[in-house]
Amino acid sequence: MRSEAPLWLKVAAGAGLLFLHLPILLIFVYAFSTEDSSFTWPPPGLTLRWFGAAWERPDIWAALGLSLRVAAISTVVALVLGTLCAAAVARTRFFGREVVSLLVVLPIALPGIITGISLRSAFNLADIPFSFWTIVLGHATFCIVVVYNNAVARFRRVSGNLIEASMDLGATYWQTLRFVILPNIATALLAGGMLAFALSFDEVIVTTFTAGQQQTLPIWMLEELVRPRERPVTNVVAMVVVLVTFLPILGAYYLTRGTDTVAGSGK
Amino acid sequence: MTALAETPPRPAREGPGGRLSDALWRRPRVLLALLLGPPLLWLGVVYLGSLFALLAQSFFSIDEFSGRIDRTLTLRTYGELLRPANLDIIWRTVAMAAAVTVASVAIAFPIAYYAARYARGRWKAVFYLGIMLPLWSSYLVKVYAWKLILAKEGIVGWGFESVGLGWLLNAFLAVPGIGGNSLSVSPTGTFLVFVYVWLPFMILPIQAALERVPPSLVEAAGDLGATPAQTFRTVLWPLALPGVVAGSIFTFSLTLGDYIIPQIIGTSARFIGLAVYQYQGTAGNIPLAAAFAVVPILIMGVYLYVARRMGAFDAL
Repeated sequence: MRSEAPLWLKVAAGAGLLFLHLPILLIFVYAFSTEDSSFTWPPPGLTLRWFGAAWERPDIWAALGLSLRVAAISTVVALVLGTLCAAAVARTRFFGREVVSLLVVLPIALPGIITGISLRSAFNLADIPFSFWTIVLGHATFCIVVVYNNAVARFRRVSGNLIEASMDLGATYWQTLRFVILPNIATALLAGGMLAFALSFDEVIVTTFTAGQQQTLPIWMLEELVRPRERPVTNVVAMVVVLVTFLPILGAYYLTRGTDTVAGSGK
Repeated sequence: MTALAETPPRPAREGPGGRLSDALWRRPRVLLALLLGPPLLWLGVVYLGSLFALLAQSFFSIDEFSGRIDRTLTLRTYGELLRPANLDIIWRTVAMAAAVTVASVAIAFPIAYYAARYARGRWKAVFYLGIMLPLWSSYLVKVYAWKLILAKEGIVGWGFESVGLGWLLNAFLAVPGIGGNSLSVSPTGTFLVFVYVWLPFMILPIQAALERVPPSLVEAAGDLGATPAQTFRTVLWPLALPGVVAGSIFTFSLTLGDYIIPQIIGTSARFIGLAVYQYQGTAGNIPLAAAFAVVPILIMGVYLYVARRMGAFDAL
């Protein structure tokens, strides 16, 4: 096999990766800019002032708090439902199996605005007022698929013989779950949970339809984008959001790397 | 397995947990129902229920004078969709989605091909994270970054000015239909941001498809005298096509439903997503918003059907 890529391919692939990353890096520079009313490039000077300004804004803290609470609860719901569904689909064949996997994927296969306006119509028809739980309802629904995808891939690699052996040796389902299944799928669940958390923490399209007057951090950012009030503070928040979402993604990557070595995969 | 379950090879388990386990082991259907019940209940009630609520609303209509929603079933709202202004919105959105999809394929293909065929070891990880990080990083932050980039005083304008090509940018912006006051209020800006934001969704499936192409096939084509262009056209492209179609499902569907990018970057020309958002929000016309939302569902339904026939789901 030829191991060296042609030059044009290297250039095109490298340029593509740069195209993906430069805009995000640019945010980091703007967060330190002394300019406070326009997007002038290059920044006239560098300062740390806006970090202090952002720190003292109660509305940002409130929005951040709401986003973290919503993401935490949605992740827990998605973890339970996604894992149950993955266990059923990966371990058994049954009538309608395809339909189940389609149903799980549908909330992110259809445009987010469909999920959003559907939920809103449903709340409207059923006279349900907007609350913390209406946001969670939406978020958990589209987070299920992330957990499901991670869990189903792992369940397929864990040999069914392990579970049968455990049951044959007299373990109860609970013991099998605790000592055989969970240790094998734990990292996949953790990775799925982290991605679900990142997805929920960042979600804005569905949230605008289910939040009413409440402000999650993305909704706060959206309002700043539509009606800018204090641009430098927005820059700082944008930078912090990027850093915060990178952590779970890197974590998920290291957790699922090299999972070919999961016990029983080489049957 | 069923035969084994009926004659347990070991004594019955003890305690209530043990008895329950024995009972479940003999009836795998019950276990399956217990596993599937909660997620299906959630998705069935919350998600499908909401979709039906949406569908139902699209058959309601709004009283033009009182602004009240009339809950008798009618096709009048769908009739409103066929007004020229609304057809314009649908046409504009589909054209944008198609343009974004084509541009994404062009940019994604070299990245996916390099990552699938040449990247090894450390570079494999660099490419993987290099695609995953932008994919997962905040959507709004990405849109915001482009507002900074495309602003009149931003880095693109500065770049053109500093190499003495400011006139070129201005000439481009003067072109009606794609230009505007600055890049951030031009259709070109909307297009660029759509391509940027959905690009990772295109790279991943193409890469997955290309990773299944044995390198020997490409080499054989070369050995038999094919030029690189011929190899691409007759070997690589047909084999990558399911991946391309899978990626286009994402770029197409996401562009059809987005209402934030055209609101923040671009002209005030409306797209389907923005129309849905405005009809349900400021206008309070939920039936028309619902009918508009059915359009992308229909388009994606046809698209998914065609994609399935082309084998795109194997590349997901």
